[in-house]
Amino acid sequence: MAAAPGRSPRPLRWLRRNLVVLAGLATLAYLLLPNVVVTVFSFNKPNGRFNYKWQRFSTDAWTHPCDVDGLCGSLSLSLWIALWATLGATVLGTAAAFALARYRFRARSTVSSLVFLPMAMPEVVMAASLATLFLNTGVSFGFWTILVAHITFCLSFVVTAVKARVTSMDPRLEQAAQDLYATPLQTFLRVTLPIAAPGIAAGALLSFALSFDDFVITNFNAGSTVTFPMFVWGAAQRGTPVQINVIGTAMFVIAVLCVLAGQLAGSRRKRSRRS
Amino acid sequence: MTTTATAPAAPPAAPARRGRLVPYWLLLPGILWLLLFFVAPLVYQASTSVQTGSLEDGFQVTWHVATYWDALAQYYPQFLRSVGYATAATVLCLLLGYPLAYLIAFRAGRWRTLLMVLVVAPFFTSFLIRTLAWKTILSDGGPVVSALGSLHVLGLTDALGLTEGHRLLATPLAVVCGLTYNFLPFMILPLYTSLERIDGRLHEAAGDLYARPLTTFRHVTFPLSLPGVVAGTLLTFIPAAGDYINAELLGSPDQKMIGNVIQSQFLRVLDYPTAAALSFILMAAILAMVTVYLRRAGTEDVV
Repeated sequence: MAAAPGRSPRPLRWLRRNLVVLAGLATLAYLLLPNVVVTVFSFNKPNGRFNYKWQRFSTDAWTHPCDVDGLCGSLSLSLWIALWATLGATVLGTAAAFALARYRFRARSTVSSLVFLPMAMPEVVMAASLATLFLNTGVSFGFWTILVAHITFCLSFVVTAVKARVTSMDPRLEQAAQDLYATPLQTFLRVTLPIAAPGIAAGALLSFALSFDDFVITNFNAGSTVTFPMFVWGAAQRGTPVQINVIGTAMFVIAVLCVLAGQLAGSRRKRSRRS
Repeated sequence: MTTTATAPAAPPAAPARRGRLVPYWLLLPGILWLLLFFVAPLVYQASTSVQTGSLEDGFQVTWHVATYWDALAQYYPQFLRSVGYATAATVLCLLLGYPLAYLIAFRAGRWRTLLMVLVVAPFFTSFLIRTLAWKTILSDGGPVVSALGSLHVLGLTDALGLTEGHRLLATPLAVVCGLTYNFLPFMILPLYTSLERIDGRLHEAAGDLYARPLTTFRHVTFPLSLPGVVAGTLLTFIPAAGDYINAELLGSPDQKMIGNVIQSQFLRVLDYPTAAALSFILMAAILAMVTVYLRRAGTEDVV
């Protein structure tokens, strides 16, 4: 670096140049601090029922993650619901997204706003209105009402994700396929679908995460069924077992490893294609 | 808002006569689902909001519109509080999130992916667990409280009414802090998307024209990131205004927001008409605010 005629002393100049970096890193620390706390307190051995104060180090919770009544059952129920909600929302949402992105038809803008509206509404409103429907129609609350509610709010996110991908797709690719005598079905399966796949995957992943972590809508529509977030909510009132932190930490670690592995594989593929 | 160059082209017309019904068939299941489980519930809720009765005798539609006025008269403090907390959280999210989005978009280099992963990763730990962690962080006698106390910050915030009795937990500050924390990624992601699209040569051009970094930011970067700012503020404000988790876990009864009222009216008091009326008032208020905001942000030059 050439020594520029400095108006201010060097440390100050460095500070000014990197102020945005420092502020950004401070925000990142704010974002990650609770995860650090969750991880540290998964090794805690609390005295009372609540795991809010550090007492002493212990790995009990890690070696006995399912020792709390109902915890692991709620976890598998949440995973199960998230799986089906993802499937339902992805199928319904992808079809709708293709229609909205690829065709011009009457009522297109009405449909668009109908799809957008659930996302522009506070969750509590949607939760209360769905519960009102189930109450009025005499449906008993439980697995099915949770599943229906989850598909409903995931649907809009899938449509948005897939639509973005399909609209940005070059229509000439499909025309080219048809020029090469591909049937409509072949064109769809071998050109359109592979191009849309990242959008569909993004929508599905988002659905899974949203459904798995949903509390508000489940709170209104679960009845006495206990999903994992419902279990944590109850625990916040009755006493928080350390195992909650173990599961939170494990999910965090697994997710980060999955994403990093995916990135690594992606960049390696890119590199091998280039050479 | 200005449409960017990447705006999608209008969809091509349906190619053949035979295909004219295809979009309707594709839409049918999804639209039916939304009509059944999104529109119909709202209709039921509208009808519930004008019903009177009791749990034992059942509820009847009596067009008792006064429920709305009663609900508003009784719970307007919670409404105002919700708007206040959500606004504060949105502003804080913007102030905190912008530097991080900027850092990832322009200064991160090969760390970009890792930083993005770190922004999204907290999502994978249930947000309830993470919000409970704030209880530990802000606890009485914890490091944050003693540090702020010895710096006399808590005395200042006490005087301003943000905290009370030299503690953080169960104060407005704790609730706003929790709201900010929970919705920060929803601010960062759209900000990052719009910042990342900005052509780096624009910054060079501004520098070549002797613009100082701050001038470049004010006249080039910030205006170009406005779509992200608008999207981010909406994605933060709307869920924050209806939230009841943070007020419940980090606040005291004095910090109850409108979401808490709806939740307890519906699930504990079982006063369905009031809960329905409050939901509609909240929905209408948010739609009105969003419309006004979008119109301002869309037609006027903010900078």
